[in-house]
Amino acid sequence: MIVTIINYGLSNLLSMSRAVRNLGHEPVVTSAPKDVDKAEILILPGVGAFKDGMDGLSHLELVEPIIKKARSGCPLLAICLGMQMLFDESDEFGVTKGLGLIPGRVERIPDLNVRDERQRVPHVSWNGLYPPDIGFVDDPRSEGTEDNFGSTLLLGAQPGDEVYFIHSFEGKPVDNRHIAAVTYYGGRRICAIVSNDSVFGTQFHPEKSGAVGLNILKNFLSLHKSPS
Amino acid sequence: MILGQMNEDRLIKDSMRPKVRLVARLDVKNNYLVKGIHLEGLRKMGDPNIYATDYYNQGIDEILYMDIVASLYNRNSLGDIIKRATEDVFVPIAVGGGLRGIEDVRGTLRLGADKVTINTAAIKNERIISEVAETFGSQCMVLSVEAKRRPDAMGWEAYYDNGREHSGKDAIEWVRRGVELGAGEILLTSVDQEGTEHGMDFELISKVCAAVNVPVIVSGGCGGAPDIAAAALSGASAVAVASVLHYKKADARSLKEQTLAKGVNMRL
Repeated sequence: MIVTIINYGLSNLLSMSRAVRNLGHEPVVTSAPKDVDKAEILILPGVGAFKDGMDGLSHLELVEPIIKKARSGCPLLAICLGMQMLFDESDEFGVTKGLGLIPGRVERIPDLNVRDERQRVPHVSWNGLYPPDIGFVDDPRSEGTEDNFGSTLLLGAQPGDEVYFIHSFEGKPVDNRHIAAVTYYGGRRICAIVSNDSVFGTQFHPEKSGAVGLNILKNFLSLHKSPS
Repeated sequence: MILGQMNEDRLIKDSMRPKVRLVARLDVKNNYLVKGIHLEGLRKMGDPNIYATDYYNQGIDEILYMDIVASLYNRNSLGDIIKRATEDVFVPIAVGGGLRGIEDVRGTLRLGADKVTINTAAIKNERIISEVAETFGSQCMVLSVEAKRRPDAMGWEAYYDNGREHSGKDAIEWVRRGVELGAGEILLTSVDQEGTEHGMDFELISKVCAAVNVPVIVSGGCGGAPDIAAAALSGASAVAVASVLHYKKADARSLKEQTLAKGVNMRL
């Protein structure tokens, strides 16, 4: 199966391609709107600044094709800056509009932790993934279950499994139902995975997160439906 | 583990002390992994990718490749090595040595590096720090600082060209300046301790970590878990290890287990 990876000039595309190939699929890296139009499954990677990312997508006339594709039910996985671009807007260098596929906004990680002590930003760390409803003590799920998170992306993952984060901004969904996993930094929750129908976003880098990350990618790629 | 029993208060508390990363540092010369002492007297070890893959399988958190002669000869011979590394190493890869400008950085990232470390070029022209940060994001721009104690014990001086040349800059001031200009992370190498496995310069580490609020990777002199734990207590976000791993005195997993046992949060 062909996995379409969107190139808008701002990512380590080789690592993503290699991860896709490692899982037995064929990556196609493209900047062409027509390739996005006919894609069966899409990955939107990204590192760097929000405005540069959105400018890159606009310049290549990719904004509308991506939105259209995502709304049509084509599985889309957006990573790091890509995930942030799924939101309505970001504070980074003034307010910039995003793709609007996940209601909410992107804000800077505070310089102080909950004890008002200085914390390091960017958040660069391997950090654990936890179900968003972990605070509820009556959770019936237990060890031995494949589905600990209630998300396709995290089938087979255990709460606390670690993935690689590197970011200064965080996405804040308006609707808690769009949060598929969280992590914790400086005493606060940070949204680690968003999902909305066939649209997924990971704040961390699955292609840089060892076996746990590759499993997340594999779960995503399993959403591919052969064209009928 | 029953999820319902997992206590969110504990997760919140743990998150005040982020996990410390263990970084394998691979100094490369002419396609060989080498190891020296005080960045000198190099010994040829073998194919860097074999070492990198081993460390990945042992659970290393990050790989750092340093082309240690590139600054002298103005070139970077790491290309093929990095390109091969990303085939089977799925953790972050940082690359440094001889990168002179935006185009060198772009080329290195295109080969599969996630971030670059820059020392010599930044000392010669500090504008490169802002240029890299603005073009690729500050998370990509790791300022590499090689610090050596001044003979009069009045602080540390920043060196370049792999610890050979002195810049006249105070290392702590230089780190501060680098972060102002957009560096998103610091790679701090103690030239005095490098390659000795005799412990790290914890005073230097504390001063640098207190001076800035970006993550600091510390390198030079790590002899095992007690040093990793002490570096973490001094404020380091990541510890680079070379000799201990290369000479197989410990593997990454056992280093992490021993460090965890000392109460430092690490990924296993």
